[in-house]
Amino acid sequence: MTRLRRLLRLLPALLLAAALPAAGQGPPPGTLLPELPLPDPGDESARSYLGVTGPSGFTAAAIAADVLLIEIFSMYCPHCQREAPMVNEVFSRIEADPRLRGRVKMIGIGAGNTPFEVDYFRKTYGVRFPLFPDPDFRLHKRLGEVRTPYFIGVKLKSPQGPLVYCSRAGGAASAGELMKLLLSGSSLEPKESP
Amino acid sequence: MRTVRPGLALLVLLLAMPAPGGAQRLKDLLYDPGPLPPVDSRLKVRPGETAPDFVLPSIRREKIRLSSFRGRLNVVLSFVPAAFTPVCSDQWPGYHLARPLFEEHEATLLGIAVDNLPALHAWTREMGDLWFPVLSDFWPHGKVASRYGLLRRDGTAERALVFIDKKGIIRDILVSDINKRPPLEQVAAALKKFGKR
Repeated sequence: MTRLRRLLRLLPALLLAAALPAAGQGPPPGTLLPELPLPDPGDESARSYLGVTGPSGFTAAAIAADVLLIEIFSMYCPHCQREAPMVNEVFSRIEADPRLRGRVKMIGIGAGNTPFEVDYFRKTYGVRFPLFPDPDFRLHKRLGEVRTPYFIGVKLKSPQGPLVYCSRAGGAASAGELMKLLLSGSSLEPKESP
Repeated sequence: MRTVRPGLALLVLLLAMPAPGGAQRLKDLLYDPGPLPPVDSRLKVRPGETAPDFVLPSIRREKIRLSSFRGRLNVVLSFVPAAFTPVCSDQWPGYHLARPLFEEHEATLLGIAVDNLPALHAWTREMGDLWFPVLSDFWPHGKVASRYGLLRRDGTAERALVFIDKKGIIRDILVSDINKRPPLEQVAAALKKFGKR
């Protein structure tokens, strides 16, 4: 009976522990990426990078890559602003690595951002991977209304479909650490540490 | 067999939970009031009129007088409803990033909220070192917001932008739905009316 009482006293803590990770979480690893309809990226170099044809839209799963890294960001989010150079560095490292280039692709989704706002963010930070506006939070809702910045890693060629293997908030200390975290579990882990 | 102490168990559980990353800190502090009536006041100024002058204290311990910018810079007043609320907490970091857009049109920005200075100081710390003054319209409560017709009945301010040229004349006023952030292109279009540097 005493033990039962003790367990009951622990109940609020257990409930708290169970509830917290669910709030604002993205698609959990091991699940399929929800369908993400994306508009035409607008220019030929972005179409060519993604391996899609314009001018109609496409889904994220149709991107020509083994692994897709999705950043959910907002130009209004100070943390996204601070991490932008680091995310750019991850992109540069991927493009500079012959083992990863062409196999790992990156896109960004501007949660609540208009095309003008996404373009402003892109120009300010010189972002070289395609960024897509999501002015009405349509894609953001499908991805679990996560806080920004947030990263999702997807194995696009998994037999089950586009399989999420990584789903995490930002906050890495360096580009090397972020790259390691984002590619861990993708079967394309970087060979070198930062 | 030893029994588990509830306090210790709680500590272990809390430590085992994923710690919120840096990206989460400000958002963890926010209070979401839920959907509110889009606009709840009536403007007392209009484009073409001289902007009512005011002096307000800033979080940098300065007193800012609107008329001190006359002849030097165009001024954009950004009224936000309240500190530590979701939409407001995004708006100024966006304007922080958009500094070149303001400067291109020889405009400065004055952020105004009806909260007191300590609250504004704490709230804006997570936004980085904002390039524009953050002013407190706390006491007499919302006096400036009220003079412009932007004080809501619950004591918060509207989400509004007032564009004032170098002569002190109001060129444009954007009162947004309080629940939504005005798109940056609207700000850019209003700034364009000032002309370029």
